[in-house]
Amino acid sequence: MILMYFTERPYREVPEEEVIKNRGFFGVPNRFFDREAGSRLYNEYLDEMVYAEDAGFDAIMLNEHHGTPFCMGAVMNVEAAILARITKKAKIVLLGNPLPTFKNPLRIAEELAEIDCISRGRLVPGWVRGAGSESIFNQANPAYNRERFEEAHDLILAAWTRPGPFRWEGKHFNYRFVNPWVTPYQKPHPPIMIPGVLSPETVVWCAKHRYPYLGLGTALSATAELWNIYGDTAANEGYVAGSENFGYLQHVFVAETEEKAQELGKAHLFGGGQGAFSRPEHTLPPGYNSKEATRRLARTMTAGSGGFLGVSSEQLNRAKSNAEPGNLQAVADSTRRRLARGEASIEEARAAIYRSYQKAQDGLQIITGTPKTVIPKIRKILEVLRPGVFGVFQSQGPVSFEDRMTSIRLLGQEVLPAVREIGKELGIVDSFERKPGARPYTPGAQRDQLVSLEPLRAQA
Amino acid sequence: MAEWTEEITHVAGTDLAIIKGGQGKPLLILHEELGHPGWMSYHQALAKERTLVIPVQPGMGKSPKVEQIRTVHELGLFYLWALRELNLGPIDVLGFSFGAWIAAEMATADSKAFRKMVLTAPPGIKPPDGDIMDIFAVTIGVQLNATIDDAEATPEFRKLYGGERTPEQFEAFEDARTETARIAWDPILHNPSLPYFLQGVRGLPIQIIWGREDAVVPVSAAEAYRQALANTDVKVTIFEHCGHRPEIEKGPEFVKLVREFLA
Repeated sequence: MILMYFTERPYREVPEEEVIKNRGFFGVPNRFFDREAGSRLYNEYLDEMVYAEDAGFDAIMLNEHHGTPFCMGAVMNVEAAILARITKKAKIVLLGNPLPTFKNPLRIAEELAEIDCISRGRLVPGWVRGAGSESIFNQANPAYNRERFEEAHDLILAAWTRPGPFRWEGKHFNYRFVNPWVTPYQKPHPPIMIPGVLSPETVVWCAKHRYPYLGLGTALSATAELWNIYGDTAANEGYVAGSENFGYLQHVFVAETEEKAQELGKAHLFGGGQGAFSRPEHTLPPGYNSKEATRRLARTMTAGSGGFLGVSSEQLNRAKSNAEPGNLQAVADSTRRRLARGEASIEEARAAIYRSYQKAQDGLQIITGTPKTVIPKIRKILEVLRPGVFGVFQSQGPVSFEDRMTSIRLLGQEVLPAVREIGKELGIVDSFERKPGARPYTPGAQRDQLVSLEPLRAQA
Repeated sequence: MAEWTEEITHVAGTDLAIIKGGQGKPLLILHEELGHPGWMSYHQALAKERTLVIPVQPGMGKSPKVEQIRTVHELGLFYLWALRELNLGPIDVLGFSFGAWIAAEMATADSKAFRKMVLTAPPGIKPPDGDIMDIFAVTIGVQLNATIDDAEATPEFRKLYGGERTPEQFEAFEDARTETARIAWDPILHNPSLPYFLQGVRGLPIQIIWGREDAVVPVSAAEAYRQALANTDVKVTIFEHCGHRPEIEKGPEFVKLVREFLA
């Protein structure tokens, strides 16, 4: 099993009310960036990654977002290049480069090859379509998002594996001379991993390419459903999928005492947490979704979603009552909309966000506690999803450097050894122990059971 | 009897949905970026003396997407091809917003395809003052509301697109927005070469109509169009207290102006 450390490298000094007021991190004006704080944070995050390796993590993961205090890694490959030099043995996992937003993906092939060489073959590249906000920030046409993703992917692999020079004439990218001097250290190319947030199209695409799919903290039952889709697709492709085909990223925060962990763990919800990454109109610009995904969205559109035409006062009232007290995300969203209309205060909006803290813990979206209390919760996730890669997602909010390092230390000392044992007990194998797609599937045979919802039912 | 029909015709290498209604000489209508808005009272009024021919833009409604159309100028070439095959030229044309931009692009390629042209608040030229609204970075609700200066004073606003918020309509809007984004994402809803090529338009009388309070395409662009169309007859009419949809915000005045110009 691969145990991985991850932080989005948030700019932790941004006032929370700015995030709430702007209805998301994307859209917070950059006048709140302070160069001294930024400089300190970048260096702390690099130190954290080195410390995580020393603490016993097998892999360190970076990601990339643009125009947001949520993630300072706008140019993730720069950080990866530094880590390639200052770490010794950890895999450097990049999840991922938003391929459709790059006008010149050949340069990405060059950057990644350099990182792989400097690290002597420790790079695990991963590619994403990027949230819609990445398309907006980078002026990349969302209507061509998936096409550009697929063509850039094909081009990078070709640049790495086809003898150059050759000409590339695609729909979106054209090169008269593909001949990167530096090709990756790992042959034929570094192992690729793809992260996602539950797009079935991406899961099917991964299964067809035999790439491990890593769920980014997605709801357990929905994740289990998609992994079964992966397993079925794999069987159709003629191979058996197993734990080596999957990874899962989980919010985990550990402190010396339960009380302190509970207090600091709230920072996972800072500004609204993952759900406040960007406004819906920035997350899903026109064309970003596939036709099928748009149809699904259209069906689930309720009167509470803001309205597009001829909205009557009755409809508006109905919309308000749709935000039932049981649905905390909806309550928080509704409060934020009211805030935008001047009908709610910042304090009310903030309170609505933090009301979901206990529920998020009960649903295992956030795991926080002492090593002793978090281990059984992690066990449950491993029992349900059996991921070959288990990633620990460090806190997003205003937690001090010292407390973050303490969390890493405690994870290393007490949690990681226990999790490794659980992995062994459950027979979880990772993608480095067994190549994804290496086991042929015999038509008609029962494929491996990939997930088990039993532990969740037992909990309910 | 229904006032209009919609038929799929195979033309210019593809199936194309064409909405038709009315009687008399054909009048080509090029709809706006959200698709054909439904049979509104201006359609009804104009259909009394003209046969309205409203092609549904490829990729919207029942017209399949044509992947080879990658710019608004190419979309204009497509419509010119369709007009030739349908033997509709020279024809009068009335364009709304994005549809008016398409019409302007068509004029640069073949101004002889038209007899007279009415352009209602087209994007396509970068306005000298203010920005074209970034309709791709807002929700459909925000986009729609921005098209009207005073919704209370515009009863027909609630009837646009059938006035119902159904999953089907949501999907239709997303299809339309996707197609508009696909061909006009970058530069943002304009073609930097258009003003240069508009100088080549000759012998085509053009009526430009704008609302003073247009929040989608600033009214300053009206003058930019006039200046670019330096070698043909251009009339500019600006309605006061009016947004991006003079056809419903100033319905009777709009219809009168169009009828007189096309007479």
